[in-house]
Amino acid sequence: MSRTIAVIDYGMGNLRSVSKAVEHVADPGDRVLVTDDPGQILAADRVLFPGQGAARDCMAAISDHHLNQAVREALESKPFFGICMGLQVLMSHSEENGGTDLLDLIPGQVRRFPEVRDERGRLLKIPQMGWNRVRQRPHPMWRGIPDESRFYFVHSYYVQPDDEGLVVGITDYAVTFASVLARDNLFATQFHPEKSAAAGLRLLRNFLDWDI
Amino acid sequence: MLAKRIIPCLDVDAGRVVKGVRFVDIRDAGDPVEVARRYNEEGADEITFLDITASSDDRETMVHVVEQVASEVFIPLTVGGGIRTVDDVRRMLNAGADKVAINTAAVFDPEFVREASGRFGSQCIVVAIDAKQVSGEGEPPRWEIFTHGGRKPTGLDAVDWARRMADYGAGEILLTSMDRDGTKIGFDLALTRTIAEAVTIPVIASGGVGNLQHLVDGVVEGEADAVLAASIFHFAEYSIGEAKRYMAERGVEVRL
Repeated sequence: MSRTIAVIDYGMGNLRSVSKAVEHVADPGDRVLVTDDPGQILAADRVLFPGQGAARDCMAAISDHHLNQAVREALESKPFFGICMGLQVLMSHSEENGGTDLLDLIPGQVRRFPEVRDERGRLLKIPQMGWNRVRQRPHPMWRGIPDESRFYFVHSYYVQPDDEGLVVGITDYAVTFASVLARDNLFATQFHPEKSAAAGLRLLRNFLDWDI
Repeated sequence: MLAKRIIPCLDVDAGRVVKGVRFVDIRDAGDPVEVARRYNEEGADEITFLDITASSDDRETMVHVVEQVASEVFIPLTVGGGIRTVDDVRRMLNAGADKVAINTAAVFDPEFVREASGRFGSQCIVVAIDAKQVSGEGEPPRWEIFTHGGRKPTGLDAVDWARRMADYGAGEILLTSMDRDGTKIGFDLALTRTIAEAVTIPVIASGGVGNLQHLVDGVVEGEADAVLAASIFHFAEYSIGEAKRYMAERGVEVRL
């Protein structure tokens, strides 16, 4: 059966990699749409919500594209994959840009990595940029992906949900933080599956196959 | 723990991969899409393309190269060479690059780095620094920024410059020793460590890799966050997988 997969485009970051990666793992009949049209987003079978950039800019762009309601409805109604800022903006509030209110779809905070020194006394680099391990908690999306697989991260802020039960992936960098959250039909990663080679592609394929 | 990254670098001229040894002797090592795919299969953590094309006609070729690679290879891609305007940055990011490396244009117009990082985010702005030692024997080491493939001095101190670029919003520094580039005698470790200690953004060491121990030295002694190399990978002297196993055996955290 052919499916329509919408990649929500609100002008923040390059969505080509996300759409190409999904096309790469999709079945021949599947359609991948990069769109900011609420109608298309809500008509799609599955939705990916990527994002890059600062929290305030992302919130402004979502609002400018009149996507608040479509994001909210999609998140309540169909398989929904948040990526990077597409995870962070779902939370209640971020420390970024002197404090930014977010979509508040997942109660919790977005915090900046603290300044931490390594064993040699050097300040840990911020942003975290590169491949780090994700410790998995059971979730169908992890099928076929070994625990502690490495994924590609680029970020200076991390999410802290009020409900610890939503955490299905954990990563250590400066602090131990929630790198993946899941709730009902939502799965959202701080890392970039579209840049995480085989493990990332497998995760995107699992998303297409995910039966809720 | 975050892994140290291994980044093969492909010099691209008019759509073909080449590698300059000290920027004079150019050899052809193939089709960029094929090479990128092979590196991805071998476990490269990122791929960097340096566009060394002279004519602006052929710059369009680079956009197509990036589009093709980004459609088939799902690891981070950096593109450098000839990035001079916000439009150049946008074009490469839209083609599928994750980061652009800004070199000469940053020297001539430092505000360009601030503008580009403000517009697109620090995460996609790499400042490429070509540095050469200018201190004599017995003097405290000092490096200066050079442009035009290491031929033109700028009078800019490399450490001050790195700090300034970080302040202006660079997300990463690609640091090349012009003394070592193409020599295969190893990174300039003193330079690498000095810059890595001076900034809190990641530093990629480049220039001089001739064997796998040099990669280990770059992250352990040079304290680099990533190591970039070209010829040792292009001519199949070592695979990326061999490099990573060698580094892992010596206690370096890598993605295997």
